Amino acid sequence: MKRMAIVGNHALSYGALLSRVQVIAAYPITPQTQVVELLSEMCADGTLKAEFVKVESEHSAMAAVMGASASGARAFTATSSQGLALMHEVLHWVTGARLPVVMGNINRAFGPPWSIWTEQTDSLSQRDTGWMQIYAQDNQEVLDSVILAYKVSEQVLLPTMVVLDAFFLSHTSEPVEIPDQEMVDEFLPPYENKYILNPDDPHAFGGLTNPEWYMELRYKIHKAHEEALQLIEKEGREFEKLFGRYYGLVDPYRVDDADTILVAVSTAASTARYAVDLLRERGKKVGLLRIRVFRPFPYERVKEILSGAKKVIVLDRNLSPGAGGIIASEVRGALANVKNHPPVFSYIMGLGGRDITTKNIMELFEEVEKMEEGKDIIWKGVKI
Amino acid sequence: MRKLTIPREEYMTPGHLACQGCGGALAMRLALKALGKKTILSIPACCWSVIDGPFPYSAAGVPIFHAPFETAASTSAGVAAAMKILGKEDVNVVAWAGDGGTFDIGIQAISGAAERGDNILYIVYDNEAYMNTGIQRSSATPYKAWTTTTPYKFPKARPKKDIIGILAAHKIPYAATATVAYAEDFVKKVKKAASMRGFRFIQVLSPCPPGWKTPPEITIKLARLAVQTGVFPLYEVENGEKYKINIKPKKLKPVIEYLKLQGRFRHLTQEDVDEIQRMVERNWKVLLAREEFSKQIEKIV
Amino acid sequence: MGKEEKKIIFKSVNDLPPMAMSLGTMWVNKTASWRNLRPIIDYDKCIDCMICWKYCPEPAIYLRDPDERVAIDYDYCKGCLICVEECPVDAIYTEEEGK
Repeated sequence: MKRMAIVGNHALSYGALLSRVQVIAAYPITPQTQVVELLSEMCADGTLKAEFVKVESEHSAMAAVMGASASGARAFTATSSQGLALMHEVLHWVTGARLPVVMGNINRAFGPPWSIWTEQTDSLSQRDTGWMQIYAQDNQEVLDSVILAYKVSEQVLLPTMVVLDAFFLSHTSEPVEIPDQEMVDEFLPPYENKYILNPDDPHAFGGLTNPEWYMELRYKIHKAHEEALQLIEKEGREFEKLFGRYYGLVDPYRVDDADTILVAVSTAASTARYAVDLLRERGKKVGLLRIRVFRPFPYERVKEILSGAKKVIVLDRNLSPGAGGIIASEVRGALANVKNHPPVFSYIMGLGGRDITTKNIMELFEEVEKMEEGKDIIWKGVKI
Repeated sequence: MRKLTIPREEYMTPGHLACQGCGGALAMRLALKALGKKTILSIPACCWSVIDGPFPYSAAGVPIFHAPFETAASTSAGVAAAMKILGKEDVNVVAWAGDGGTFDIGIQAISGAAERGDNILYIVYDNEAYMNTGIQRSSATPYKAWTTTTPYKFPKARPKKDIIGILAAHKIPYAATATVAYAEDFVKKVKKAASMRGFRFIQVLSPCPPGWKTPPEITIKLARLAVQTGVFPLYEVENGEKYKINIKPKKLKPVIEYLKLQGRFRHLTQEDVDEIQRMVERNWKVLLAREEFSKQIEKIV
Repeated sequence: MGKEEKKIIFKSVNDLPPMAMSLGTMWVNKTASWRNLRPIIDYDKCIDCMICWKYCPEPAIYLRDPDERVAIDYDYCKGCLICVEECPVDAIYTEEEGK
């Protein structure tokens, strides 16, 4: 084990290296480029024994890792925003083909207007593709999540997206423990899949399927997600035994006696943690629920933690125009069947990379303290 | 034992869902005879998405990955990369696509894979329109042909795209045309391409009875006439430079012999036929000149 | 595998593979009913040139045992009649089905 100061993008590259990925296909896009630059160097100097297909688009990147994974190779790619949107068709295909591809996505706002700064709408727009989605809050978690993603993906035959904020993580150096390869090998065995393209045992994959069985195949995908809910926590504990760090579905902070709980993801959750501490010092009974895994959505964990609160705030750095915050809609959905559930206050803020400061988050708690009825959408910081 | 001109071994099974007299089904049967068992196919949306049969059955006899429409080349690129890293380079990685998936929606991925030199054999079975969706024009549809999106009153206004020219411009090791009528020539080309490395491309003209509005029994006759009239010459291009015409009729048959058999051309006027005749003759002369020129390249450079 | 191949029966979701993966071949799908005209080989005329075999898109023409002459598998022949059209010696004639 060694400790290095690396940017979040390089944490993705190291995660791929330590996972011994065999095929990489990627296309450059700001702010993802460093991921593939470092991987190119690793492949070129032999540090990583992998084939790197330098494709002409993200659509081809996802198709190539799909073909590689279907052939029995561990495959990796990374992208962001427009690139992720271009992959959209193939994302569905990878899930339907049940391929354990892992991809890094750097959250970046969609154009137009052009923006290169962070916002979660790109990855959350891929909500229904069947990809598992992990939102990391620091660079250590980025690296560790890649390894964990392969471990879970290859057991349930579902792809995983490891998601991180543009610039706040992608381009920010943080001290990161780089685990020893032998220990990673102990945790993550080589990729083995019996459902592969093999001339000695020929099968056709993805042929025309009539209404008689299509629904059952979709049911299986959903069941695999449910299985992943258990597995993510189980493998998180295995990982902790070896590496001393635990990652679960959610990351609750000071919620046990909290009257008001804020729900957030990614780096906004790190900021919120600090805001919670400051408010606690002032005697406010507040807490934080960081959602780490967005798909499969941890309904049970969310319900357990939030149903005891008096008020729930959701911070969405994303927007589904015409509906509101995407995570808020999931949280409301999770609480809908809980008797006397707390009101939900849905805040939209920080779009297009606008700063979310400690002060901003403290204001949310202060504003909500004065409100009784939940609000479907509150715009925070819009210059009206 | 019979003396056979093409390999005896069958990989494709009957019972598949191709229409009667399907050129695309025969093309697959012949290609697999040449490729053998050690083959992986990536098939994007095309007639073969259906022909191969519904889940849980398959007619091809070799592994198939059914892929999104524009990804035959890129999916195959991933398969080829995996074969390399897994030490299975004896496997033929084949992209098998229709003309829509090749000439139109898939061309970006093809250009990418060709430029990179990915170790793929790309075979387009060209039936000159989107047949699986019900006969809509593609950029492989010939000049003046009827399709449901180029109706009789407004037939296709532009000639068929020169896909071999596009591939040749990528300086790939091998690009060739073939038809199901010249089965030995097609099998030979697939074998030759399979023996090479890098991005290889074969365009096999595959008549489509419902789409061309022809009786199924004349599929082979049409594919033969396409060559004999010069409408679809059989040739190879190596490294983007070396042209070789494989079948050189002493005298081209008049195009009308080919056109008059097909319902998709039944609206043609004499003027149209004459114009097509001139275009075909011009293209043929240009091709002969290219072949002649490529003999001289060695002396020039 | 071959003509005797049996249909695959799934009883429930538990019988399915995780994805739409083929588990059998299209030998299960007999296409005889597609045919209007039945091609029939006149072995007295047949010169064993193999052209009909070469061009069959199914393939429903095979080399029969033990004399290895071409034969038509009527379970699969769709009646496209390419064989009739391409036969150089008119050794294949047709009869209407159901007569």
